[in-house]
Amino acid sequence: MAFLSIERITKTFGTLTTVKGVDLAVERGEFVTLLGPSGCGKTTILRMIAGFETPTSGTIRIDGKDVTGLKPHQRNIGMVFQAYALFPNMTVADNIAFGLKVAHKSASEIASRVKEMLDLIKLPQVADRYPYQLSGGQQQRVALARALAIKPQILLLDEPLSALDAKIRVSLRDEIRAVQRQLGITTIFVTHDQEEALSMSDRICVMSEGNIEQLGTPFEIYNYPKTRFVASFIGTLNILNGKVSDSAEGRILVDGQEIVTSRGLKGAGTGDALAVALRPEALSIGRANGSSNNLEGTIDEVHFLGSVVRIRVRFKDSAVSLDTFNRPNAAPPERGQPITVNFGREDILVLDGVAN
Amino acid sequence: MKSTRFFPWFGFIFGAVYFLVPLIATFEFSLRMQRGIYSFKAYQVVLADPNFQASFSYSAIIAVLTIIVGIALVVPTAYLVQLKLPRLRPVVEFMTLLPLVVPAIVIVFGYLRMYNSSSWLPMTGSARSTDLLLIFAYVTLSLPYMYRSVDTALRTIDIRTLTEAAQSLGSSWPRILIQVILPNIRVGVLSGAFLTFAIVIGEFTMASLLNRPAFGPYMQLIGANRAYEPAALAVIAFAITWACMGLIQIVASFAPGQKR
Ligand SMILES: Nc1ncnc2c1ncn2[C@@H]1O[C@H](COP(=O)(O)OP(=O)(O)OP(=O)(O)O)[C@@H](O)[C@H]1O
Ligand SMILES: [Mg+2]
Repeated sequence: MAFLSIERITKTFGTLTTVKGVDLAVERGEFVTLLGPSGCGKTTILRMIAGFETPTSGTIRIDGKDVTGLKPHQRNIGMVFQAYALFPNMTVADNIAFGLKVAHKSASEIASRVKEMLDLIKLPQVADRYPYQLSGGQQQRVALARALAIKPQILLLDEPLSALDAKIRVSLRDEIRAVQRQLGITTIFVTHDQEEALSMSDRICVMSEGNIEQLGTPFEIYNYPKTRFVASFIGTLNILNGKVSDSAEGRILVDGQEIVTSRGLKGAGTGDALAVALRPEALSIGRANGSSNNLEGTIDEVHFLGSVVRIRVRFKDSAVSLDTFNRPNAAPPERGQPITVNFGREDILVLDGVAN
Repeated sequence: MKSTRFFPWFGFIFGAVYFLVPLIATFEFSLRMQRGIYSFKAYQVVLADPNFQASFSYSAIIAVLTIIVGIALVVPTAYLVQLKLPRLRPVVEFMTLLPLVVPAIVIVFGYLRMYNSSSWLPMTGSARSTDLLLIFAYVTLSLPYMYRSVDTALRTIDIRTLTEAAQSLGSSWPRILIQVILPNIRVGVLSGAFLTFAIVIGEFTMASLLNRPAFGPYMQLIGANRAYEPAALAVIAFAITWACMGLIQIVASFAPGQKR
């Protein structure tokens, strides 16, 4: 049985249902990210795990024990907030020691644990400083140490990096992941940044409007998005609307041109409308022979980004973006120029749900 | 340029004169107890008076107890209203302002009706229980200042996240209030406390009608019977109030965990 198991939880505020029957099983030591746009219910789920909100219905179990009705201070959960939430009146050492004092640990045990935590976050020199004397990144590391000091069963992080600037964000996310691996602590991480989710997680749970859209490893989520929502939220996937022209052979008509998929059509019948996704890196310029798909269009936009030139190709109603490398000796593509784009049969991902 | 400078300066000087001249005049008068020379004789007489010492200590003790009861009442209330019952805020704010609207004499007559020696709760029956009644009355009187200082201080910190952080670390409500919230609003609480002290030390109506040996009635008595001592007392009372204001400024600049 999973270490943290969330079973059919819903949460309703007044008339607004923000979490709609979510199931999630997290294994011991796993790093799971809740990823989704603003307002999709990520924080609400996290707060229900922490005990700050009570689910309207459903059960939350930790290590087999039903904790749904327990108060936050009875759950032994570490939480890191977007706004750091360090106690301004206490030094760094006192902040880290707070939970240990609450638990009536001995003074010597507290002292050694505080030192251990400061070493873990690589800030042994700041023990006697006050939070206002630290940078944002340092404050968030102290907040992490404070949450971990009490040896929680589960670590919850709600957008801990979004108040920091880009460079620190990248280094701190690697550091959080390293600490998590070192301690082997079961972790739920909330973000709306797909790059953060892809780079840190064991598994990603993509959410939309209170539902889980897809749960899988970063590789699965990125390469095989199941729904149009996931496809458009993760990366810069191109989405094309089409119509099945021959379901047995996987033929799809896109803007009057036929393409063939080798991945199956997920039960769509001939004549059905559907949406397919193409990763930008699967597309190349020019006509390919053999079994590859070719689509003819015109260049709509050209963005020179330095080492990469991003081209937007329009067919009729649909368009795709693709990146080519900059070549100093060749003339750059021009707007309005006709162009053919090719991609393999296995590169077409058929998405769930009807196109809109 | 000249005209834009003139009016603010005029206002400032007018205000200063308005406040300072009576004060200086009172101070000057208080120094003239001995004929022909300036001396602090009036102050010596006042400070040596056992009734001064007794009434001042009485009022100081009552003020400290008022502050303790006030903090115990106001801090949890303001905290809960902000955290859990934000919709009650206008109601609570209105209630805390009532003592400014209802005159002290009306309040104290209400008390005398409610708690007289033949009522269901005869609080005016003994001196100790009347002291208690006086403390509660002063808590009410100081409520507008105490509540406002505490409420403003609470707004400057993120009490929700701090509370949740403490809760997730296993902390219970009393510990959160005492170790996390109170230290971070200490400046607001202290300014409320000094304002309360200044109010209680000089209060006359309630102490007099409840017949307690407080500093306010003592000042009134001296004022009615002596010439130079009341002026000295007035200057002393001013000094106490200003010392309280000064202390507010000082503690405000000595708060650990805050930028200086
Ligand atoms: N206490 C509350 N009372 C009423 N509605 C709430 C409350 N908390 C959250 N909501 C609503 O629930 C929805 C989901 O909120 P939630 O904070 O879980 O979103 P989120 O996915 O964390 O978004 P973000 O990325 O912006 O933090 C929002 O529409 C929000 O307005
Ligand atoms: Mg959120």
